[in-house]
Amino acid sequence: MAVTVRVPTPLRRLTDGQGEVEVDAKTVREAIEKLEEQYPGFKERLLDENGELRRFVNLYLNDEDIRFLKGADTELKDGDVLSIVPAIAGGM
Amino acid sequence: MAKVKGLRCRECGRDYPVEPIHVCEFCFGPLEVVYDYEEIRKSISREKIEKGPKSLWRYVDLLPVENPTVGLTAGFTPLKKAEKLGEVLGLRNLYIKDDSVNHPTLSFKDRVVSVAISKAKEFGFDTAACASTGNLANSVAAHCAQAGLSCYVFIPANLETQKIFGSLVFNPTVVAVEGTYDDVNRLCSEIANDQGWAFVNINIRPYYAEGSKTLAFEVVEQLGWRAPDAVVAPAASGSLYTKIWKGLKELKEVGLIDSVNTRMCGAQAEGCSPIAQAWKEGRDFIKPVRPSTIAKSIAIGNPADGIYALQTTRESGGDWETATDEEIIEGMKLLAETEGIFTETAGGTTIAVLKKLAQRGAFDPDEVVVAYITGNGYKTLEVLDGHLSEPVRIQATLKDFKEKVLARV
Ligand SMILES: Cc1ncc(COP(=O)(O)O)c(C=O)c1O
Ligand SMILES: [Zn+2]
Repeated sequence: MAVTVRVPTPLRRLTDGQGEVEVDAKTVREAIEKLEEQYPGFKERLLDENGELRRFVNLYLNDEDIRFLKGADTELKDGDVLSIVPAIAGGM
Repeated sequence: MAKVKGLRCRECGRDYPVEPIHVCEFCFGPLEVVYDYEEIRKSISREKIEKGPKSLWRYVDLLPVENPTVGLTAGFTPLKKAEKLGEVLGLRNLYIKDDSVNHPTLSFKDRVVSVAISKAKEFGFDTAACASTGNLANSVAAHCAQAGLSCYVFIPANLETQKIFGSLVFNPTVVAVEGTYDDVNRLCSEIANDQGWAFVNINIRPYYAEGSKTLAFEVVEQLGWRAPDAVVAPAASGSLYTKIWKGLKELKEVGLIDSVNTRMCGAQAEGCSPIAQAWKEGRDFIKPVRPSTIAKSIAIGNPADGIYALQTTRESGGDWETATDEEIIEGMKLLAETEGIFTETAGGTTIAVLKKLAQRGAFDPDEVVVAYITGNGYKTLEVLDGHLSEPVRIQATLKDFKEKVLARV
């Protein structure tokens, strides 16, 4: 499945400045593995030592928080957009 | 930049330069301003502060701005001894820190925004923006007008009319987003990646948040240079609550006071209380919720500083309570009737929580307790519809006056 990943500014050093990259993956977890292959450094920034999504990382699949879906096991389909968004923002 | 050393990740401790950035590239933790307290200690003094401007800029030595240019009137709001409310609650040394009259837009947000927009000017931005539940939008719009910056404010589409007008009057671009504040915030986080704007609560956040420390500084000075025994403050993202604590500790760090034994009590609306719930369940992490409360200014379901707020409560020996919508309105009325202060729903939440804590014996009657009133009631008039008495309508005759007004009692 070809999905688009939106990369936030703090991670663009890893993608040569690109804000959007493509990966081929069937689940969110696999998408992270593929990102790591293409742009080493992604995995340790997104996942902690236990392979869980880091506390300060939010992932949105087509604008829905994956924690309200099936987390890292959420399935992907062609044309999906996966956004990586730092959790720290806001304060009305 | 002698007083500011740089930015540091609150989670992994990596250092970053003073730039418009807010998250760590390695762990996504929040970046915080780090000061050289040794250096500041040498030049700061009570006398110097007391001679400073009657605004939050009297504490510029502990703020991350070199040259304040915007928001020169913010802060230095009244600290009122609340005799009558204190009597109702059985507290002999209760004080209200009254940011309902903060200048220019009548909420504590003028503190954080004057710091944020001054910083944005220093960085050389020509456009500022924010994601807001209303008060922040009002303040950013006003300060951009002062500073001559282009302005975009993003709000949830269902905000109170007064708060929408309160932004529009300054002529920014107001973007009303279908969704909750958390949706607005996420959208803005993505917009901030590419626009090159100063998003006050995103890429300028480390500087912006520091402005809330002045709520602690002023109270300590106004109490005659002593920290209160307990405070009650409202929490949405948890930033203000956490920064009051940071401010208190800094005053001790730079030698302006000897000790801080303040219990930090947090107030949330029951319909959006992810931090209070975590506290009550003994969790050190936040479960995001979908907000449902009349207290829209503090309706954040996924609070960015939630875990730090919980740390603050543990460190300070504080507590949390929540207030239902009904209790919030009762709180607004109680403060108005006893102290003549008209606050919005966030303030109603604070007073309702203060009352609950007092009733369950959280304070000694002689302790110095400070309740932070952070917003103004004229901005949320509509929630009072149906909760107040009606005007007595009469003809312009003495007869009507006597029969309908005097005879009423
Ligand atoms: C009136 C008022 N009080 C309190 C808060 C809470 O601020 P924080 O997000 O720093 O917890 C807000 C946030 O908008 C507010 O508008
Ligand atoms: Zn870090």
